[in-house]
Amino acid sequence: MSSNKKYWKSVEELNENSSIVETLKQNEFVNEIPTDEFLGDKDTLEGSSTTRRDFLKYVGFSTAAASLAACEGPVIKSIPYVVQPETIIPGVANYYATTIADGFDFASVLVKTREGRPIKIQNNSLAVTDGGANARVNASVLGLYDSLRVKAPMKGESEISWSTFTTETSQKLNQLAGTGKQIVLLTQTYASPSTSKLISEFKEKYSNVNHVVYDAVSESAALDAFQAKYNTRGLASYDFSLATTIVSVAADFLGDWQGGGFDASYAQGRIPVNGKMSRHIQFESIMSLAGANADKRVAVTPSQQKLVLAKLHSLIVGSAFSKSLPAHVEKAAQSAASQLTKAGSTGVLVSGINDVNAQTVVLEINEALKSKAFNTKTPIKTRQGNDKAVKTLVADMKAGKVGAIIMSGVNPLYTLPNATDFAEGLKQTELSVTFSMKADETASATQYIAAAPHNLESWGDVELRKGHYGLIQPTIRPLFNTKQFQEALLMWNGNDVTYNDYIKTLWKNDILNGASFNSALHDGVFVSNAESVAVDTATTTEETLETPASNAASALAASVSGKGMELTLYTKIGMGDGQQANNPWLQEFPDPITRTSWDNYLTVSATDAKELGLVNHHVATGGLDGSYADITVNGKTVKVPVIIQPGQATGSVGLAFGYGRTAGLKDEMKTGVNGYPLYTDFNNVQSVSIAKAAGTHEFACVQLQNTLMGREDIIKETTLEIFNTKDKKHWNAVPMVSLNHKETPVTSPEVDLWDSFDRSIGHHFNLSIDLNACTGCGACVIACHAENNVPVVGKEEIRRSRDMHWLRIDRYYSSEDTFKEDITKKTEFSGLWGDKGSLSGFGELEAAADNPQVVFQPVMCQHCNHAPCETVCPVAATSHGRQGQNQMAYNRCVGTRYCANNCPYKVRRFNWFLYSENDEFDYHMNDDLGRMVINPDVTVRSRGVMEKCSMCIQMTQKTILDAKRDGRVIKDGEFQTACSSACSSGAMSFGDINDKESKVAKLLEDDRMYHLLEYVGTKPNVQYHTKVRNTSEA
Amino acid sequence: MKKSYQSLEDNLTNNMKQVIHRKLGRNILRLSLIILLAFSTSLQAQDGDPVAGKALFNTNCASCHHLDKKMTGPSLRHVEARLADDEGLDRQWLNQWIRNSAGMVKSGDAYAVKVYEEFNGAAMSAFPQFSDADIDNILAYTAEEKAAPPAGVAGAGAVAANPQSDGASNKLILAGLALLFALLAGALVLVNKTLRRFAEEKGLELNQKPKNTPIWKAFIQNQFLVLTTVIFLLLAGGYFVYGFFMQVGVNQGYEPVQPIHFSHKIHAGDNGIDCKYCHSSARVSKTSGIPSLNVCMNCHKSIYEYNGETSAEYSKAFYDGEIKKLYDAVGWDDAEQKYTGEEKPVKWVRIHNLPDFAYFNHSQHVTVAGLECQTCHGPVEEMEIMSQHSPLTMGWCINCHRDTEVKVKDNPYYTKIHEQLSKKYGVEKLTAAQMGGLECGKCHY
Repeated sequence: MSSNKKYWKSVEELNENSSIVETLKQNEFVNEIPTDEFLGDKDTLEGSSTTRRDFLKYVGFSTAAASLAACEGPVIKSIPYVVQPETIIPGVANYYATTIADGFDFASVLVKTREGRPIKIQNNSLAVTDGGANARVNASVLGLYDSLRVKAPMKGESEISWSTFTTETSQKLNQLAGTGKQIVLLTQTYASPSTSKLISEFKEKYSNVNHVVYDAVSESAALDAFQAKYNTRGLASYDFSLATTIVSVAADFLGDWQGGGFDASYAQGRIPVNGKMSRHIQFESIMSLAGANADKRVAVTPSQQKLVLAKLHSLIVGSAFSKSLPAHVEKAAQSAASQLTKAGSTGVLVSGINDVNAQTVVLEINEALKSKAFNTKTPIKTRQGNDKAVKTLVADMKAGKVGAIIMSGVNPLYTLPNATDFAEGLKQTELSVTFSMKADETASATQYIAAAPHNLESWGDVELRKGHYGLIQPTIRPLFNTKQFQEALLMWNGNDVTYNDYIKTLWKNDILNGASFNSALHDGVFVSNAESVAVDTATTTEETLETPASNAASALAASVSGKGMELTLYTKIGMGDGQQANNPWLQEFPDPITRTSWDNYLTVSATDAKELGLVNHHVATGGLDGSYADITVNGKTVKVPVIIQPGQATGSVGLAFGYGRTAGLKDEMKTGVNGYPLYTDFNNVQSVSIAKAAGTHEFACVQLQNTLMGREDIIKETTLEIFNTKDKKHWNAVPMVSLNHKETPVTSPEVDLWDSFDRSIGHHFNLSIDLNACTGCGACVIACHAENNVPVVGKEEIRRSRDMHWLRIDRYYSSEDTFKEDITKKTEFSGLWGDKGSLSGFGELEAAADNPQVVFQPVMCQHCNHAPCETVCPVAATSHGRQGQNQMAYNRCVGTRYCANNCPYKVRRFNWFLYSENDEFDYHMNDDLGRMVINPDVTVRSRGVMEKCSMCIQMTQKTILDAKRDGRVIKDGEFQTACSSACSSGAMSFGDINDKESKVAKLLEDDRMYHLLEYVGTKPNVQYHTKVRNTSEA
Repeated sequence: MKKSYQSLEDNLTNNMKQVIHRKLGRNILRLSLIILLAFSTSLQAQDGDPVAGKALFNTNCASCHHLDKKMTGPSLRHVEARLADDEGLDRQWLNQWIRNSAGMVKSGDAYAVKVYEEFNGAAMSAFPQFSDADIDNILAYTAEEKAAPPAGVAGAGAVAANPQSDGASNKLILAGLALLFALLAGALVLVNKTLRRFAEEKGLELNQKPKNTPIWKAFIQNQFLVLTTVIFLLLAGGYFVYGFFMQVGVNQGYEPVQPIHFSHKIHAGDNGIDCKYCHSSARVSKTSGIPSLNVCMNCHKSIYEYNGETSAEYSKAFYDGEIKKLYDAVGWDDAEQKYTGEEKPVKWVRIHNLPDFAYFNHSQHVTVAGLECQTCHGPVEEMEIMSQHSPLTMGWCINCHRDTEVKVKDNPYYTKIHEQLSKKYGVEKLTAAQMGGLECGKCHY
């Protein structure tokens, strides 16, 4: 049936003579489609004799041919060396001892290289000077293979040769030497005897040289206080293993406080031996790693911290104190003081307040206690920055007094609070050079970028502590056309020797005392009794030093005036000062406290958040969302996302440095906001005003369940008192099940559904994790990434709970004041409703307390002897080995994910995508350079495959093979996993429990030993050791 | 100065071994020389005996000298005449030089110093044990004229042409035969036709077969037969499809053309070089390693031509050309006897390719288990062109692990586990499988 309905296509049709209607009758589109643009050359297209049908034929034929050809294997080429270096055998790893010294992190390490490529950083067991390599040091190997590195010296936008660079810069320097203008060397802390000698030679050659040492995150106050008291620029070193009482006022000494590296000695004192362990009291505003590990944590605002410190001084040393503190803080301070006094020489006090008076007070208290843990004889040398000198420099630059500025290892345009002033000053210099690996914020603003090598490509030396030296040696030939700052200094000084020879001569003459240089290089470390040789080249005259008041304590107390909100600026263990912001491992590393990756944020207490209307909520996809807040410091406003942080002192907020980088990094890594502009006067505490801002921020948080809900099977803990006085069954009971109506321990074979295999023959591996020693630092997480080629998935995927970490460190808060009270509350539930009803009760247990107890628990595959995953795999891709490892055959896996669903520990990870060679995941595995870090002994997993911790079977097999080849029995300690060897605090031990003499076999018999969710009956091969808290108040 | 924890010791032992080998070699040389001298009783006149000279030359001089080519030392054909003509030096001088060249260089003899410097200060070993007669013999050998080269090259070309003509003639014969058969068949058809025509003309009744149901119809009507056939076809099809797919990625017999024709037959077979001399990392590493070119040059510095058996396909010229390719790659100037520094790494085609998800360690099999390379790689010493002998499939690995006994003797690592396991399984000898060699995670991680 025909219809004579008329369909109107546009208003234009009402207009009778519209040209558009006429055109549209002929053509579908008003404008001609620019087909030629995307089809290319029109002439060729029309001239071609190929018809559409022919074209389709060709396509069909070539597709068929290609698929047929795909049945043939590819031709793989192998190119051996022409002349093989004697030390390199393909397939065998070499290890070199070196030191990582990037100005923020200093650590003696061992670098594993394969076929000449550094692929992993490990602890150097010969280095006793410092704690081990932290997460950032472990991750720094990836920085070597950063695709955005500057590949040759640059002048502006163009690459130049080193000879051009040398001629032009020397000429300019010589010109400037005559004028009154300064030549400034602005460097990181090198703590290097050879570098300081080179700089002093440079000073001799060019008379008007000013060397300024700049630490992005300042420890200047502590340095000044130490210098005023002991006449050397350094930091007191602490050995926490010698302390029985540790009081910390805002010092995150398990994080980056004064250079970090204290966790090993701290953990040593935390393991209860003969009924004794140290007691740790922490006063702080933000929740730090140290605070999370403390036996008693008191949340105080930054201004209260100063008062607490003054109060402690008055109680211990006996100065006058008249200010008032809130009652509970007052009480805590008094108790801390009495415990310190009681501990006497085994007590120690540390503080992170960046105030010269506060730091003087700390030194005085430790002196008064005659603390054994406190050492001023061999001060730490790895922080030398001087705030005043930096401030003067910026002023001088602005005033046009600086003719040339040569920077190395610093990024002031990113890290300076007054970066705009610096940028202005930079324009007035006649010569500006930056030694940098990247075209970062500062480098791209200077005239010359001197392409610098990575730490692993460099020579160098470091005086970590007075008399404790480390050597830096290259572990690979420079990948690019780079030169070290020191090589350039040699060149400007007109010295022809190589930097390597220069170090050798210096060491032979001044440091080694006749010892062999080669053995020092082999060890990577050297302890010398000789006097310190490093000349202090930085200009530290009287006027550049902050001097403490004659009565530091009262001056400290008097300085407190702050009203309103206080902002604490801190560093996260993952990102530090931000120089490794382009490192995807570190971006994806979840912060131990907030468990959030790819971001920094404002930490706000629950009380303040409520007042300001700031919220966090979970969304249906499993992501965490949060409000934004505008924070204003000294007129500068920054919009930051908010995380409500249990334990954050009310009236204070926190923001981490290291994020918000804008130059020299991939777009994916441009995360977070920059905290440095708020770092006025290098003071990490600022008074701030906060207002809620519009919008919701999407976080990539890997843990949304923050509390334990009284589930004592996950983390067992007790107090030192109970641990010492009561039997194991009171605090670490084996779960009971009913067998024939009789209570039977779950570990007994009769209750088992399955027959056990005989595991008494050969090796049987166990990994032991001591919850007392674990500080949650996360070095193991990064070490696992590096060893096992764990892919980086990016913020979006993390938000979808698709993180790939084989090893995670769960962090739990207590809901009541202590975990014990959580358990009591849970057990006292009766019925669904009412005061003690479980419905409302569990809801309450989900919320963390205002100042909760915190516990860290590293969880990886538990390698269950009766593994639930193995029984549900339809293709037997996961199976059990006799040596106790739950094995995963990737090539067999078809990706049903049944195993992950059946795993009670949720440790299995699924490859939702192909994470390597995929432009959608533009991290290190997407470029040839970044892939050089991949461990050749471990498969790179493909899409659709399940993966999980293998208990580093490639490492255990290697140990076994080496022993077989040498024809010897394996000694205890030879078996290691990536995590256990990265753990400097000794929380993780790995070994063979069939070797009854091994450490791990003894740990298995320890009273504190338990298995995770033991009642499930999975019989894991990972042991946990009950956390013991030292709650004794006196 | 870099030092490695692991490889240092290995290197040391390797170096020591090399030194020991060298010393041994020298001692054997000396011993054979003494024996030779003891037996050489015939005192020849000044002219000497070139046959005895050849023997002496080959044992003592050939490692550094060649008659017609400059090597570590100068070429020696007509050396005496040359010295007499060019330098005016007599046999006396030569005798002295051979017995103690270093002494002459030291004493400042002009020509001695010149030669010494020309060869980069490489001092010639002294041969004080040579009698005058020995030297006469050697010189007699060096004075021989160069033998005319055998017509090998041309001959080879002719021989090489032969198979082609053979192939052509074969085809011709086949074509002829085919034609013949076609003619015969045609003739038969014609004969048949003619006979029928005759029969028809004579009115003969040819027996007509009764009209049967065609066989395919009968087949279709028999449902049982259809069913069995279908099942049979399915099974057969399945078998072949399975077989085909199981062969995907299995490259047994893979025999690619390599950039340099390296004959394992000549090296490992004819010359009996131990596999691990070149593939040294097989002892300590997971990879056997393609030898670096400096390993080749250990021998090929002095072996610049091929003098072994040749065939039509592989002539002497061909092999010599391949050695030239090596020199080209490693940057060795054979005329000047020195490295030019121009290296061109060789892109070998990899033959044995395990997938990335399978971990295999050579040292486990070679050093610990003491397996012969041939167990997996086949008769390499007979392979002119290297090819993949084994399928390298998982089934192949597993079968071997099931059967192979673990070599536990004299290895303290195995003492305890062997004792326990043999008790458990009630066997004296353990297989790799009983040691846990079938577990997935032993090879897949």
